[in-house]
Amino acid sequence: MPTSFLLPRWMQRTISRFFQYLILSVIVVIIVVPVVMLVFAALKTRGEVMSHPYTPPIPVHWENLQLILGGPVFWGMLRNSLIVMLVVTVGVVVLCSLAAFVFARMDFRGKGLLFNLFTVGLMLPIPVAILPVYLVIRRMDQLGVPVLDNLLGIMLVQIAFALSGNIMILRSFFTAIPGELQDAAYIDGCTAFDFFWRILLPLARPALASVAALTMIVSWNDLLVPLVVLNNDKLWTLPLGTMQFQGQYGQDLSLVSAFVALSAIPTIIFYLLAERQIVSGLTAGAIKG
Amino acid sequence: MQVPAVPDILKLRRGTGAPRRIQDNLTIALFLLPALILFFIFVLYPIIQSVYYSMFNWKGFGPAVDFVGVENFKKILTDRVFLIALRNGLLIVTFSLLFQLPLSMFLAVMVARDLPGRAFFRTIFFMPYVLSEVITAYIWLFLFNPDPERGFLNALVTLGGGKPVLFLGNTDIVLITVFVVLTWKYFGFHMLLYLTGLQNIPTEIEEAARIDGASPIQSFFYITLPLLGSTIRTSVYLSVIGALQVFALVWIMTKGGPVNASEMLATYMYRFSFVRFQLGYGSAVAIYMFLICVTFSLIYQRLTRQPDYLTGL
Repeated sequence: MPTSFLLPRWMQRTISRFFQYLILSVIVVIIVVPVVMLVFAALKTRGEVMSHPYTPPIPVHWENLQLILGGPVFWGMLRNSLIVMLVVTVGVVVLCSLAAFVFARMDFRGKGLLFNLFTVGLMLPIPVAILPVYLVIRRMDQLGVPVLDNLLGIMLVQIAFALSGNIMILRSFFTAIPGELQDAAYIDGCTAFDFFWRILLPLARPALASVAALTMIVSWNDLLVPLVVLNNDKLWTLPLGTMQFQGQYGQDLSLVSAFVALSAIPTIIFYLLAERQIVSGLTAGAIKG
Repeated sequence: MQVPAVPDILKLRRGTGAPRRIQDNLTIALFLLPALILFFIFVLYPIIQSVYYSMFNWKGFGPAVDFVGVENFKKILTDRVFLIALRNGLLIVTFSLLFQLPLSMFLAVMVARDLPGRAFFRTIFFMPYVLSEVITAYIWLFLFNPDPERGFLNALVTLGGGKPVLFLGNTDIVLITVFVVLTWKYFGFHMLLYLTGLQNIPTEIEEAARIDGASPIQSFFYITLPLLGSTIRTSVYLSVIGALQVFALVWIMTKGGPVNASEMLATYMYRFSFVRFQLGYGSAVAIYMFLICVTFSLIYQRLTRQPDYLTGL
């Protein structure tokens, strides 16, 4: 390149850094501006959103937020989402680590076949399977298992569809733990369960945290399963509730914006706290799965 | 001190005594069964059952009795809207491969190892990924409002002297609009994959190339890109499978409209299943989607199997 003859190295470096930051800043603006516009609209009155929608909200109007936080609807949805998320996360972590342990560390006839069965799940995402799953849920409900219009139904489906990917992640993590450790434990008289419980799980804590963080995000953001399983508005989760809220108050842009902004806050807080776990879970899942 | 004789150690080895084997088998069964049962009931069985229902004309009331054989499968293939959904899926995949993935890789290289502030950029770029599709859809619904008094983007367009654009109301551009939102939400994820891939490339290789006189551009095309091979493979795979899953974003922003211009396979299936309650027909659509997924996965794995340059990645 001709510039390399004309300019000293440090100057080249500064110029390239400048363009680097310029491009990255443009992308930051594209990411942040839509979110900021939402927050602006949330902090204005309905009239202000109509008359000057793009200016910063000065003075700040908290009325919309107070209205939403003062009523029971938002808190109910938040509670439902939290319950589902916590149960699903515990379920996924427990079931997947148990199964992954067997696939990584024990031998039995038909292991390969069973493992391949679980890989089918990777090729069957929820949006593809939603009608088939709904039909099973409905049938179970008719048979007396309370899963339709019930948070239990959402939990079971979300856990079931999280199994394949997370078993793969944990299995590859468990496989990477040296076999000598297992031999030593068995020689010292550990049972398979002892080894799993006292040695493997403590060592796998970072992987378990990643699986948990990832599962939380997926469950928290899921719209489709609650949409087909739930009818009763007392049980609505946040994504479903946000969608219905918009349908009901669609005309009042500032109120809807406030609702959407409030429903985004828990996710963003959680993301900032658990970014490392989410990121490592995602990359592990993508590369191993 | 007495050293235990070798035969004693061997006796302690696993798998020799019958009680131990029983205990092991019990562990295997107890550990695997909960996951296996859930997986069977909610993942495998539904798909098998759908094969059965897909052969009926069934509205969902009472048992399915109106057997039509493969009629549903034939009808789907001749339905214009299904073909539009299929085409839209392919277009989204094409756009992703042409624009979204190169953009993600470009940004990953920009936020490379030694850039001060890289953690900040990574945090911001990845944020849309963790926001739900519902939230993303509303954020953009507000921005796309055709009235420049309400929609920020059209305010910018009119400020620049243009006429307001019907981002979501024009059949010619609605799919591009959807793609822009998908990119906004998902490029951070692909960037993250590439960042991980880049981290796994030993710095020595790039240094050696530089010492040998390779320009940054040469170094990228001859060193970095080939070594990113398996990451690209993963990223492409996830893009394709992801395109098949697009639902909430489209359902909220356009409901697949106007006049089916933004219909996706998932919204098509949802409409027939949960709006029109043609459950037999919907089941057949689900089977088609499942077959597309499986066929693509198997072919893709077969075609892209190649020796990895770096271990494990």
